[in-house]
Amino acid sequence: MENRSLVTIANHSRERIEYLIRMAQEFEKHRNRRLLEGRIVATLFFEPSTRTRLSFETAANRLGAKVIGFADPKVTSGTKGETLKDTIMMVSSYADIIVMRHYLEGAAQYASEVSPVPIVNAGDGANQHPSQTMLDLYTIYQTQGTLDNLDIYLVGDLKYGRTVHSLLTAMRHFSPTFHFIAPDELAMPEHYKMYCRQNGIKFVEHQDFDADTIAGADILYMTRVQRERFTDLDEYERVKDRYLLSRAMLSKAKPNMKILHPLPRVNEIEYSIDDTPYAYYFQQAQNGLYARQAILCDSLGITLDDIINDKISFK
Amino acid sequence: MKRQELQVAALENGTVIDHIPSSKLFQVISLLHLEELNSSATVGYNLKSKKMGQKSIIKIADKFFSDDEINQLSVVAPNVTLSTIRDYEVVEKKEVHMPEELIGIVRCDNHKCITNNEPMRTRFHFLGKERGTLQCHYCNREISLSDVKLV
Ligand SMILES: [Zn+2]
Repeated sequence: MENRSLVTIANHSRERIEYLIRMAQEFEKHRNRRLLEGRIVATLFFEPSTRTRLSFETAANRLGAKVIGFADPKVTSGTKGETLKDTIMMVSSYADIIVMRHYLEGAAQYASEVSPVPIVNAGDGANQHPSQTMLDLYTIYQTQGTLDNLDIYLVGDLKYGRTVHSLLTAMRHFSPTFHFIAPDELAMPEHYKMYCRQNGIKFVEHQDFDADTIAGADILYMTRVQRERFTDLDEYERVKDRYLLSRAMLSKAKPNMKILHPLPRVNEIEYSIDDTPYAYYFQQAQNGLYARQAILCDSLGITLDDIINDKISFK
Repeated sequence: MKRQELQVAALENGTVIDHIPSSKLFQVISLLHLEELNSSATVGYNLKSKKMGQKSIIKIADKFFSDDEINQLSVVAPNVTLSTIRDYEVVEKKEVHMPEELIGIVRCDNHKCITNNEPMRTRFHFLGKERGTLQCHYCNREISLSDVKLV
C-alpha cells in the first residue's frame, strides 16, 4: 500500500504544493463537509500544543470525522514507558489516520515507517511542522494571488525558527527574494544560506529594521525573539526592542503587503497594527483549518476531484 | 608481501583486510561482527607499513564478505584494502566505497533524535565526498565523517 503520510513538505514539488493549495481553496469555499464521515482521526500529542491540536481537531470535525486521542501524555497512563512503536501500533488498530506531535526529532518519520495507517506530522521537536508551512504558503498565495517572484521578509529569530526554515525550503520552486532581519546571535544559519545559493534563491541580509528597509516587502513574516535563545543576556537586552514592529514603520509599505506571524505573539507586533489592512496573522491562523482539512483528505486518499465533485455533503 | 607474511601467518582461504589505521582496529572488528565468527581470525596490530608508518591487519579464515558488508567499513577506515584468498593465492583485491545509506552502524549525535530514544536501527545518508558528512534519515542532523561514532 502506498504510504500517504505527511512527514515533511521539504521534498514536495511545485505541482504538489499547488495541488494542496487548490484543495485548501475548496475548503475555504465550504468548510463543513461530510467527506470523512465514518472515519476516525487520532490526535496524539506527546507534547502539548493546544493551538495546533485544536486546529487539526476542528478540521477533522468539520469534515465529519470522529476524533480520539490525548492532549498531553502526562495525563495518559497508556503511554507510560511504552515505546512509540507500541503506541502507534495500538492506536492504528483503532484509527484511520494519526495526527502526531512529538518532542523527539524524527519521531514522525519513524512512526510513518511502522504505522499501517497514514501519519500526519504535527511537529517533531525542532525538525518539521509541515501543516504550519502549508498554511503559510496558502496564506501567501491567498493574499498575493501567486507564490511567484515575491519579496519575503523574515524578521526575528531566524536561527531556531523552524517555521522560517521550512518556508524558505518550500519557496524554492517560486523564485522568491528573501530578506533576513535578525540579531547576530539569531541570524540565519550558514547552511540555510548555502541552501539558498545552491537552489538559486536570492537573499539579502539587512542590518536595520525600519520603514525604508521593509518598503519593498510583499510579505513581512514576524517571529518572536525569545530571551532563552540568548547565551549573552546583555546582548538580549540590547537587541530585544529592535525587532518590534510599530505602526509608524508601515508608512512606506506596499499596498499589497501583509504581516504574518505563526502566533502566539507577545509584543513583537504593536497591537494598534491589528486594525490596519496589513495585519493578516489572524486570517493566517484561520487558514490553518483549510490547510489541515486538505492535508487530512489528501492523506486519506481523497482527491481534489472528489472534493470539487462533492456537492451533496455540505451542511 | 614476503615481509608481511612473516608478520602474520599465511591464509589458505579467506579474507585479508589490510591498511587498517591501528586506532580504528577495534571499530573495524566490531563492524565486521568478528565476535560472532566461528572460523579463526588473526589480528596483526601496529605492524610496520611503508605507506602508513603503522597499520593493522586482519586475516579471517574461510570467510568472504559481500560488497555491502565491507563497504560499511568505509565509515571508520575508508582506505582499507581487502584481498580474497583462495588456496594461498590472492584472487581478488578490493577497496571500500562509502555506501549511500548506512543502516544500524552510526549513532546520531542529536540526543533529541528518535533513534536515541527508541529501540530501533539508525539510518544515515551519505551526502558525498565533497561535503564529507552523513545525514540522519530521521532528525536530518548532519554529522561530519571525522566525528562519526558507532552504535
Ligand atoms: Zn538523528
